[in-house]
Amino acid sequence: MSGIDRATALALYRVMRTIRAFEERATQLFGENKIWGTIHSYAGEEAIAAGVCAHLRDEDWITSTHRGHGHCIAKGADLGKMFAELLGRETGYCRGRGGSMHIADTSKGNLGANGIVGGGIPIATGAALTAKQLGTDQVAVSVFGDGAVKQGTFHESLNLAAIWKLPAVYVCENNQYAESLPVKRAFAVDDIAKRAEGYGMPGMHVDGRDVRAVHAAAGEAVTRARAGKGPTFIVADSYRHEGHYYGDPRKYQTKDEIEGWRKQFDPIADARAWIIAAKLASAADLDAIDREIAAEIDRSVAWADQGPLASPIKLPEDVYASD
Amino acid sequence: MQATEARAPAATREMFYNEALGDALRLEMERDERVIVIGEDIAEHGGAFQVTAGLLDKFGPTRIRQTPISEIGIVGAAVGAALTGLRPVVELMYVDFAGLAMDQIVNQAAQNRFMFGGQARVPMVLRTQGGSGRGNAAQHSKSLEAWFAHIAGLKLVMPSTPADAKGLLTAAVRDNNPVIFLEHKLLYRTKGQVPEGEHLVPLGKADVKREGTDLTIVTWSREVLFSLDAAAKLAEDGIAAEVVDVRTLVPLDRETILGSVRKTHRLLVVHEAIKRGGYGAEIAAMVAEEAFDDLDAPPRRLAGLETPIPYAQHLETTVVPQVDDIVRVAKELVA
Ligand SMILES: Cc1ncc(C[n+]2csc(CCOP(=O)(O)OP(=O)(O)O)c2C)c(N)n1
Ligand SMILES: [Mg+2]
Repeated sequence: MSGIDRATALALYRVMRTIRAFEERATQLFGENKIWGTIHSYAGEEAIAAGVCAHLRDEDWITSTHRGHGHCIAKGADLGKMFAELLGRETGYCRGRGGSMHIADTSKGNLGANGIVGGGIPIATGAALTAKQLGTDQVAVSVFGDGAVKQGTFHESLNLAAIWKLPAVYVCENNQYAESLPVKRAFAVDDIAKRAEGYGMPGMHVDGRDVRAVHAAAGEAVTRARAGKGPTFIVADSYRHEGHYYGDPRKYQTKDEIEGWRKQFDPIADARAWIIAAKLASAADLDAIDREIAAEIDRSVAWADQGPLASPIKLPEDVYASD
Repeated sequence: MQATEARAPAATREMFYNEALGDALRLEMERDERVIVIGEDIAEHGGAFQVTAGLLDKFGPTRIRQTPISEIGIVGAAVGAALTGLRPVVELMYVDFAGLAMDQIVNQAAQNRFMFGGQARVPMVLRTQGGSGRGNAAQHSKSLEAWFAHIAGLKLVMPSTPADAKGLLTAAVRDNNPVIFLEHKLLYRTKGQVPEGEHLVPLGKADVKREGTDLTIVTWSREVLFSLDAAAKLAEDGIAAEVVDVRTLVPLDRETILGSVRKTHRLLVVHEAIKRGGYGAEIAAMVAEEAFDDLDAPPRRLAGLETPIPYAQHLETTVVPQVDDIVRVAKELVA
C-alpha cells in the first residue's frame, strides 16, 4: 500500500539496521571505557532519520542534535570516521575536537549535531535561506527533539521560514521525554503538530515507529520545499529505548513502561514484518543485510582504532580560518 | 589587475561614520552577490542609525532582508547561511540585545570551525552598536566588548573614525570568520575624510592616531576621540601623549602597543566599558607581562564605573571617562 519498491524498502531497512548496530557498538565501547564524555543513543528512533533522509541528496542540508548518530548515518556518513571521532582520533570527522555531540559531515550536507537543545533550528533556516537566495533547489531539514519545540529558536525560526517561504522541513522527534520531563507535562496541547498552524505552514503528525509513514510525510514535505512552496512541520512520535544518556538511571520511568514500550516501539522489527509480509524481501534477505552490517561495523571500528590520536591543538588555525 | 600598477592615493570625500559604513556595504554587495544584509528595520527605514539607507533601492528586499524582531532567529539564520555559501552581514539594533542571540554567537558561530574539525567556515559579520551619551539609559547604552573578546572563535572590531569604519567593515565582510563589529551610537554623526572606492583596513592592525613620547594611551571606539582631545590639552602643558587606537580587539595588535610603551614607558588604557573585567585589564596585563622592565610606572586603567548607565544627562557623563578625566589621570601617570 505504501508504494515503496523493493530497492527503497531495503535501503530504508539497511539505514535503520546500521544505526541500531552503530548504537549497540558505541554503547559497548562506552562500557569498555573507550569512549570519553557522554553518548545519547538513538535506538528506537531509527525510522525517523531513515525515512526523512531517504528524500535528501548530498547537496541538501540537515542540522541534527545531541542524539545525532542516526541522522549522521542516514545522511550518508562513513562509519569508520564516526567511530574514530568517538574514539578521539585524528581520523574522526572532527579530528577528535567534537566527539559524539558534535559530528558534522559537510561533504554530505550534515551541518552538524548540536549540544544546544534547539540550536540547530535557526541554522537550518539559514541554510534554506541560502538555497532561496541563490535560486537552487536544495532543501534544509532540521531534526530536533520535543524538548527543542519549547525553545525560542523554534518559534523565531518557523516564523522566519514561513514568512520567507523557505525550502525548510522541521522534524520533531517526539520520543516522549526531554531528559526526564515527559511530554505530557511539558505541553498543554495534545498535538504538537498543531503549532504549525500558528506559523502558517502545514503540520503533519506521524507514527515515528513506522518508516513508511515517516517516509511518506517527509516525501511530501521535501517535495513542497523543493518546489518553492515553503516549509513544513512534522512531528514523529517515537520512544527512545535507552536512557537519555549512557548510564542514565531512568528514575523518571518505570520498568514496565520501558519494557512495554521497547517491544511496542521497535521500528526495525516493524519494518522487517512489513517487508516480509509485502513480499519485498525474505527474512533470509534481511538476515544477509544484517550480517553485512555487522561486518561493516567490525571493519569500521577496527579502522577507527588504528587511527592516530587526535593531534595537539594548533592556534590560531584550529579556531580561525586564515584564508 | 591593478594591483601591480603604482596607484595614486585614493581620492577622499568627507563622510559621516554611518555613511562610510553604508558605503562599505554597498561596495561589498556590488562586488559579491553572496553578501546580504539582514536585520530589523533595515529596509525602507534604512536602519535605526541610517547605515543601510538607500541600499534597499539598489539591492532589493532579498539582499536587504528585513526581519521580524527575532534576534536569535536572525543571528542563527546568518550562521546557517554563512555555512552554506552566503556572506551575511547582520545588523543587531543594540548590542544590549546580544544576550538574546548569544547562543548562536557563542556556541554556534564562534565554535563551529573548531568543534567540527575545520570542516566549515562561518563568514559572517554581526554589526551592532553600543555606548552611552544619548540618554538611552541602562538597556540601550552598554559597552559589551569584553563579552565577545572572551570567546574563542570571534574577531572583534571597534572603529573610531569614518575611514576606519569603512575599511574595517570591508575587511570584516571579506573575512572567513565570524566578526563582531561594534559601532558607537555617538560616532554615527561624526565626520571625516574617507577614501572613495575600495578601502581596506586589515583586521588586527592598531593605528597610532597621535604620536608622543611621554605616555601611551591605548583606547578604542569613542574614547579615541576623547583621548585625542585630551592629548591636545596635555600638549598645552608640555606632555606628549601617544594615542593608539586598537581598532581590532581580536586579534590584538600587540606589537604596536608594546612598541609604543617601549618608547613612552607609561601606559594608560581608556575605555567606556565597565572597568571590572574589561578589556583594558587584558591590555594592561599583556603589557605588564611583556614589557614590565620598560615601564616607569604601573599601568593605569581609566574606564566606566561599575554601574548601569543612568538616564539623566548630567549623570550619564559621570560614569564613563570624559576628556578631563583622561587629562587628569595622564598627568598623575607622568608626574
Ligand atoms: C539549551 C539547552 N538546555 C538544556 C540542555 C541539557 N539537555 C540536553 S538534552 C536535553 C533534553 C532534550 O530533549 P529533547 O529535545 O526532547 O531531545 P531528546 O534527548 O529527547 O532526543 C537537555 C535538557 C542543553 N543541552 N541545551
Ligand atoms: Mg525528547
